Amino acid sequence: MKSEILAAAFLGLAVRSIISLHSYSGHNSPPMYGDYEAQRHWQEVTINLDVGEWYTNSSNNDLMYWGLDYPPLTAFHSYLVGQVGKAIDPEFVALHKSRGIQSAEHKRFMRSTVVFADVLIYLPAILFVCLSLDKILQGQDTLFLLTLAMTYPGQFLIDNGHFQYNNISLGLAAVAVGGILRGKYYTASFLFTLALNYKQMELYHSLPFFAFLLGECIAQKNIGAFASKLSRIATIVLTTFAVLWSPWLGSSKAALGVLQRLFPVARGVFEDKVANVWCAINVVWKLRKHLMNEQMALICIGCTLIAALPTNIAVFRNRSKLGFLLALFNTSLAFFLFSFQVHEKTILLAALPALFLLKWWPNEMLLFLEVSVFSMLPLLTKDNLLLPALASTVAFHLVFKCFTPQTTSDQYGILKNIAKISNLVMVLIVGASLTIYPPPRFPDLWPLIISVTSCAHFVLFFLWGNYQQLTCKKMLQNK
Amino acid sequence: MKDLFWHLVGISIGLKILLIPAYHSTDFEVHRNWLAITHSLPLNQWYVDATSEWTLDYPPFFAYFEWLLSHVAKYVDPRMLEVSNLNYDSKGTVYFQRLSVIATDLVYVVGVRSCLGSLGLARDTQQHFAASMILLLNVGLLFVDHIHFQYNGFLFGILLLSISFLVRRRFLWCAFIFAVLLNFKHIFLYLAPAFGVYLLRFYCLEQVGIKSQIEAFLKLLTVGLSPFAASFGPFFEQIPQVLSRLFPFKRGLTHAYWAPNFWALYNSADKVLASALRVKADGAGATSGLVQEVKHLVLPSISPPVTFALTVLFMLPILVKLFRSSKSQSPLVFLRAVVLCGCSSFVFGWHVHEKAILMVLLPLCLLTVVNREDARYAYILAIAGYFSLFPLLFDPDLFIPRYSLYMSYVAMLYGQLYRVFPGFRGFHVLEWLYVLGFLAIPLYEHLLAHLLGWHRRLPFLPLLLTSVYSAIGVIYFFGGYYLYALGIGSHAKWHSSSSAETVEKTRKKKRKTK
Repeated sequence: MKSEILAAAFLGLAVRSIISLHSYSGHNSPPMYGDYEAQRHWQEVTINLDVGEWYTNSSNNDLMYWGLDYPPLTAFHSYLVGQVGKAIDPEFVALHKSRGIQSAEHKRFMRSTVVFADVLIYLPAILFVCLSLDKILQGQDTLFLLTLAMTYPGQFLIDNGHFQYNNISLGLAAVAVGGILRGKYYTASFLFTLALNYKQMELYHSLPFFAFLLGECIAQKNIGAFASKLSRIATIVLTTFAVLWSPWLGSSKAALGVLQRLFPVARGVFEDKVANVWCAINVVWKLRKHLMNEQMALICIGCTLIAALPTNIAVFRNRSKLGFLLALFNTSLAFFLFSFQVHEKTILLAALPALFLLKWWPNEMLLFLEVSVFSMLPLLTKDNLLLPALASTVAFHLVFKCFTPQTTSDQYGILKNIAKISNLVMVLIVGASLTIYPPPRFPDLWPLIISVTSCAHFVLFFLWGNYQQLTCKKMLQNK
Repeated sequence: MKDLFWHLVGISIGLKILLIPAYHSTDFEVHRNWLAITHSLPLNQWYVDATSEWTLDYPPFFAYFEWLLSHVAKYVDPRMLEVSNLNYDSKGTVYFQRLSVIATDLVYVVGVRSCLGSLGLARDTQQHFAASMILLLNVGLLFVDHIHFQYNGFLFGILLLSISFLVRRRFLWCAFIFAVLLNFKHIFLYLAPAFGVYLLRFYCLEQVGIKSQIEAFLKLLTVGLSPFAASFGPFFEQIPQVLSRLFPFKRGLTHAYWAPNFWALYNSADKVLASALRVKADGAGATSGLVQEVKHLVLPSISPPVTFALTVLFMLPILVKLFRSSKSQSPLVFLRAVVLCGCSSFVFGWHVHEKAILMVLLPLCLLTVVNREDARYAYILAIAGYFSLFPLLFDPDLFIPRYSLYMSYVAMLYGQLYRVFPGFRGFHVLEWLYVLGFLAIPLYEHLLAHLLGWHRRLPFLPLLLTSVYSAIGVIYFFGGYYLYALGIGSHAKWHSSSSAETVEKTRKKKRKTK
């Protein structure tokens, strides 16, 4: 039903614009504020300084104060948004003077830029993937998938609440996924490169794209077709990179400088409590005491690659649509669990494929998506977004249940019980964290319990995903 | 299909919680002030106090209701209960008041549940789901209660309960509950004729013998008047003072923002004629918004008795029809009479607020899922009616929420109607054109006005456009639906009788299975 799809899309927009009315990260917390100020500061820097100075420390660009640490596409986007902001009110982006600005007009402007990106990129991208899935697999799940993607709280709580533009990088990645599903490999390569250049975290998705496309190239009948396909994809990727990075390619020093900004080894293996393996290990064995940052970084890269390898080899050898989506899920979880400098928000990268996998494993993915929001609760609490987070998560659960008569069968008996236990545990932890004050010796008790619980779930989901990928018969269908 | 009613209740609560920090209107302060008055002043001062300009102007039950709420409020933030603490909106006050609306909406939930049951909609049907969805997630209530700020959900819950008792033929309960409702908010007097005629005809006159008829009438009268005694009793010595607060006829024909009714068209016709004939106004015109009194320049001025007479006149035909309808059809005709009585008073009433359109839209939701032709008309009114609420949400932060909530609701409504009535086709060409015309208003308000620079010279033009353009739809609905309800339309008769019978049949079936 077209009208219901329209209704779901507008519901997504409504929820996003309503969350925009709430608080954001770093509101009323000088001197550093939060991600809202970071994004605004990037606009200030990009429109007032020359391109070459964006990533370098200078008297006009104090990198210690929210220095630009995202790839060039984010910088260009900040520049564009900054120009619009300047047209509305030059005070928004005045060099130095605009730091920490917090007016109602400015909030409205910033919020609408995120909603604008939702309308322009994220919502159409999700709709495109849902329609692609239905078209290729002859299903009728667009309404179900779209409604859940629109009401998935993690996405809008971070983008429209906390304040970020994950909708752009994830939206671009989603269109690239749609491209892969529809066999448009060149478009997919181009769009994924854009996504990667918007946020380096898209590396979490890069291995499955690489494995899938390489596998496609090798599967060509002769060496000529192989070479032409591979070289075309390589050309697209490299040209896109070259164009976006052109301002800094003049000298290797400049390019390396940007790279160092993007991968800050010095910032340590994790900052706040995060639901990954290192943070869990850290509870019993203090990593920082025993290992140097550089050592730690190498260990992280090694573990991540080992964890991501099986699922990507599977995709390389057997390129089914479902296998690809599952590999995206597994790989991003591997990165989340094992890589260096992970933020709680990056679970959104695993949530994107999970939203599409709802088509095959509705109950499992529902639980995963709920745990993903749960894992971000400490962050959302800091932003004064706890109440909307809880309300929207419960509503999300109920929206899902409204669809289940059409999507479940009896084989989920055991899982249902596991999901019930997990839900209960999460509810209890949230309830306890609201009512019981932590002992003074462990002020971070509740965030820690939340991250360890979430981490346990994510590890199990990672194992489950790999198990499905390597054994499930569904993989062989829908090549 | 499972019974998803409580799922929808949960979703609606979630959505309402998300709306807590949204802009709230002066009605928020109105209700805070009433909390303060009822909590801090003795009873005989409630309807006298004029510290705030927002004096208590709802009937006593609502005052008691505020008094009850204030006893919770004192634990949240006692400062909100100080009469002189005007425009106080601490975080605690906002959360308390917002949550009190959400909590009292449970009455609405019960009303919806009870009403759908009384109409014989089985809980596992698409019809029941559709009706639950359009009532529980009603965008009009979201706008007026959970953004603008009022307690309509609670009041409409009582109305629905009363309707459900009527359909279940528990007439004394119906009369009692409706009388209670009148003592909460007297605007529901507009719907009273439909209740009165129905109870008179199908309760009193249904009895055999004149003696039992009179007996029934007296019973009805006693039950119906007892809430008034309970409500007004404590104010016995101040009745004129209370009434002067409840019925302030000093206000003008139209509200500052013209509700989309006949008078909106009348006022604008007057404006157009005045400028065409070059009649000059002495002083401020009707659109200035500052002056409540409207002076018509060309057309005759309207006095309250005229609006009253027109309202009653337009209620008469459907009331006659209701009086003469057969017993099996009567619940359906009754619902239509409720809608049309509400609509008559909305279209012709004195000083009508735009929010009053809910008195038409919400009862109409019940008819929407029962009958295809009713659904068609309901859909037209939904488009115009919910749109006409936009001026309540004028805060720029609410522009995207209001349009997207509206679009989502209207599209969802269409989807549900399509599922309930396979092959549902909303409109014919002219109606489509009218509906598409609504796009022009936001286009003008947010784009053209700024490009042309008219937003400063003519700041009220978007409001005027909204009001007049919606008024066309409301009056078109009023005329078309009226004729259809009277059975004058082309294919109306067959539909109405068939669906009335199905309602009656399913109702009986349910009773048997019980």
